[in-house]
Amino acid sequence: MSVLEVNGVSIRYMTGDFKDIGLKEYVMRRLRGEYHINEFWADRDVSFKLEKGDMLGIIGSNGAGKSTLLKVISGIMEPTEGWVRREGNVAALLELASGFDGDLTVRENAYLRGAMLGYTRKFMDDTYEQIIEFAELQEFQERPFKQLSSGMKSRLAFSIASLVEPDILILDEVLSVGDGAFRKKSESKMREIIAGGATTILVSHSLQQVREMCTKVLWLDKGNQIAFGEDVLGICDQYIKFLESK
Amino acid sequence: MNTVLSSALNKMKQYQFLFEELAKRDFKKKYKRTVLGMAWSMLSPMLTLLVMRLVFTRFFGRNMEHYTTYLFCGNLIYSFFNESTSQGMTSLMGNASIFTRVNIPKYLFLFSKNVQTLINFGLTLIVFFTFCILDGVAITWKFLFLLYPIITLLLFNIGLGLILSALFVFFRDIQYLWSVFTLLLMYLSAIFYTIDQYPYAVQCLFLLNPVYLYIRYFRKIVLEAAIPSLSFHLLILVYVLASLRLGFWMYKKYNTRFLYYV
Repeated sequence: MSVLEVNGVSIRYMTGDFKDIGLKEYVMRRLRGEYHINEFWADRDVSFKLEKGDMLGIIGSNGAGKSTLLKVISGIMEPTEGWVRREGNVAALLELASGFDGDLTVRENAYLRGAMLGYTRKFMDDTYEQIIEFAELQEFQERPFKQLSSGMKSRLAFSIASLVEPDILILDEVLSVGDGAFRKKSESKMREIIAGGATTILVSHSLQQVREMCTKVLWLDKGNQIAFGEDVLGICDQYIKFLESK
Repeated sequence: MNTVLSSALNKMKQYQFLFEELAKRDFKKKYKRTVLGMAWSMLSPMLTLLVMRLVFTRFFGRNMEHYTTYLFCGNLIYSFFNESTSQGMTSLMGNASIFTRVNIPKYLFLFSKNVQTLINFGLTLIVFFTFCILDGVAITWKFLFLLYPIITLLLFNIGLGLILSALFVFFRDIQYLWSVFTLLLMYLSAIFYTIDQYPYAVQCLFLLNPVYLYIRYFRKIVLEAAIPSLSFHLLILVYVLASLRLGFWMYKKYNTRFLYYV
């Protein structure tokens, strides 16, 4: 029984000048017949299956539809066509450093983020010290968040997020957080979680990382599924060839 | 029915921690950053009241007992309505960076905003009752009936907040249109004048304005020590259900589409 099944998923994005036009402008354009929405398919007919303990690497250049696909898998977006079946809970760690509130203190933000990730208050009470210690922010706990450097922010984000114990873990470029020392620490923490048996999906621009860690690989290009399979090294080689030929 | 209820309760439990944290955040952001903090919430309606009292007494308050309390009833309701809907409008958009990253019920943002405006309303209410006593208004057991307009107004605000916050994602100029609309509504809500000089047909038109209904309810209880009729209660309820219905319908319909517009 697969843990995650993605079947024929296509996602249509809307683009064009519908954003930031006011109601008045919208009505005017509608009346004049000048209202246009451009549709654009971020993903087209993507299908794959993951078993328990699998580690999937998604590769592809910018605009390949990787992040959109992750949003659908995590349930933030609905696929326009096709369906996704998930077994167990999903934790998606997407663009970690954003979504904090600059006016709140580090402590307040930590609790808010914990709540967003679905932790309980008790869990946060128990692990708060540990989070701050791991993020190396002991002296900053009562500081407003906006006074922190961006490195500090992502350190905190990572420390909170890395406590998840999901069945399906989605990582979008989060393995590369902070400076050298912290990066090592975070990478080993990540490996620990993965070793715990979670099915993991990893988007990374580092092919090296994909080669080393992944058991399956999915290659997307402009929303189309070019390849999916267990032959990680083979597909990565093809991908490199493809990049060179461009 | 039971399963619907238990699933709703489960959901509440599941998101209770998040909801509390969001409410705390909104509360802190509102009060921590201002010098006067919560005191300002009590002072500001009193200043409005003072100005109105000074200006309008000569025109409208001449033949009326307790004109200050009459004014206050109008101000109290109108500012709760105005604050709750105007601030509720931006609550979804203001949390875009959260709901584009985690899958949580989006109406939580509006609810937490409404907790904060409710607290603010509660503070003004304390001032209001103090004023009633100072103005020599008799406090009776009928005051308990004020819970009805308070609870229904809260729900009405939530319904409108859902509608407005959804619209605001699509059309940013709703904010300006709404502020114009609420200003007009203020003049139409009989806050500083009485409506008995109008012909009966015009007086009935006031029933189309939900804000007026709440003000009227308060005045009936506080100034006339009378409980409004059953049909009056029902009319209020109709507006509440309509706004909640439309609001939740919009959230349901556009739930996954909000994402494209932020």
